[in-house]
Amino acid sequence: MSSSVIKATKVVKTYGDVKAVRGISFDVKAGEIFAFLGPNGAGKSTTISMLTTMLRPTSGEMYLNGHDVQKDQDAARNSFGIVFQDPALEEELTAYENMNIHAVLYAVPKAERRPRIEELLRLVDLWGRRDSYVKTYSGGMRRRLEVARGLLHHPKILFLDEPTLGLDTQTRNLLWDYVEKLNKNEGVTIFFTTHYLDEAESAAGRIAIIDHGKIVAVGTTKELAKKTKTESLEQAYLALTGKEVRDETSLSNDGLNVRTARRNQRLR
Amino acid sequence: MEAVYILWLRQMQRYVRSRSRVLGAIGQPILFLLALGYGLGSVYKRAGQGNYLEFLVPGIIIQTILFSGVFWGIQILFDKRFGFLKEMLVAPVSRLKVLLGNALGGATISFFQGIFVLVVSMVLGFRPHNWAYMPVALLVMLVLCLALTSFGAGLASIVEDFQGFQGINNFIIFPLYFLSGSLYPLTNVPTFLRILSEINPLSYCVDALRYTMIHQTHFGLVKDLLVLGATTVVCVIFAVNRFNRIQA
Repeated sequence: MSSSVIKATKVVKTYGDVKAVRGISFDVKAGEIFAFLGPNGAGKSTTISMLTTMLRPTSGEMYLNGHDVQKDQDAARNSFGIVFQDPALEEELTAYENMNIHAVLYAVPKAERRPRIEELLRLVDLWGRRDSYVKTYSGGMRRRLEVARGLLHHPKILFLDEPTLGLDTQTRNLLWDYVEKLNKNEGVTIFFTTHYLDEAESAAGRIAIIDHGKIVAVGTTKELAKKTKTESLEQAYLALTGKEVRDETSLSNDGLNVRTARRNQRLR
Repeated sequence: MEAVYILWLRQMQRYVRSRSRVLGAIGQPILFLLALGYGLGSVYKRAGQGNYLEFLVPGIIIQTILFSGVFWGIQILFDKRFGFLKEMLVAPVSRLKVLLGNALGGATISFFQGIFVLVVSMVLGFRPHNWAYMPVALLVMLVLCLALTSFGAGLASIVEDFQGFQGINNFIIFPLYFLSGSLYPLTNVPTFLRILSEINPLSYCVDALRYTMIHQTHFGLVKDLLVLGATTVVCVIFAVNRFNRIQA
């Protein structure tokens, strides 16, 4: 057997008659940095939600680090960390308390908690504000805190769902430096989605392009360019996904949006 | 186990830090106690039923626990809306422990609120008839708190958004409260009301508190405790079952 740490086979997710993900299969090898690209509503976040046990697929199989995501949820959860696309912080607590809850939930050894929290909060430049309530934070600060939290325990697999959304260039660079270091030194497999193609180009080993709930191409930047007979990732991306702007609510990227959109349709 | 503790602690921290929520949750029952206790007291006395304030105290304590217990259970809905639920759900901690931490936190808070209302009513002149029964009364309150936060957590796992929250308030909480005999004795009520009260588990909790605090009872303590125990088991199973299926 190979050393694939993320394996998805024919994964389908439907909401009534809306097909958010239509049978995607892919493999991510241990130690790889894998990018998931696609227009809004292509099914990126739905796929991540299913991989991270938050959403049950309609059909298909997924394995994280050899654990069946549906049947062996606890073991699967033990294998990954995630930075969500939407904020998932407790606003009524301080940044430090948020980090500490995470450290406890992920069973970071007691002695390592404080130094690690300090290291990461310093990395994202929030150590000075560690005792402020998160509700007093700006959007960018929250994002940074979220990123720091996702890196706090050192998981086998790290999911980053548009981690750099709304971050300034400085913090983006910091984040990618840290992530690449984590990948190199600790062999953490990175699975990320982004809309910034330059991030995918510089960080990712392989890239999957997903559109309308299907993977349309997988490969390195070069392979994708070669396949589409284009020069750059951006050109390849546009060649594969077209130039139309997508309506996010019609085939949305997460379950709640789809449910709400469908209900609104019924109400109309 | 530390995971359960840290989630419990989080609920405590949230509670202690939001003073408006503390006052809001306690203000309403105290208003009920003052307005109804003193407002209807003389009529009640003239009807030959005795001291209404005394009769009302157990009911108001149950009211406090009911509203805050279910509310703190429903916090999960807020966590869903503001995203923290995801953080808890993907953590390598079993759903049971996540639920337990949250529910125990909510139960502790509503227990405190119930105790606080008891203390206020004692300031207003209420005295338990027999202090020896008070441990039982406190135990009834504690168990009920756990049942109701579990119930709230189960409901929150089913409902998708805040519109659902309003519905829960209007169609579940208020009927449970008004049909529990909290505000009036069940001895001479019309048959339909009596039947509705008899199928309402909360009536038995009110009755248990009345038995242990002022030595009045409608169903008898043994029956009360059996219903309370059964209700708690059902609520906890309901919560665990629903929470296991929650999707974010």
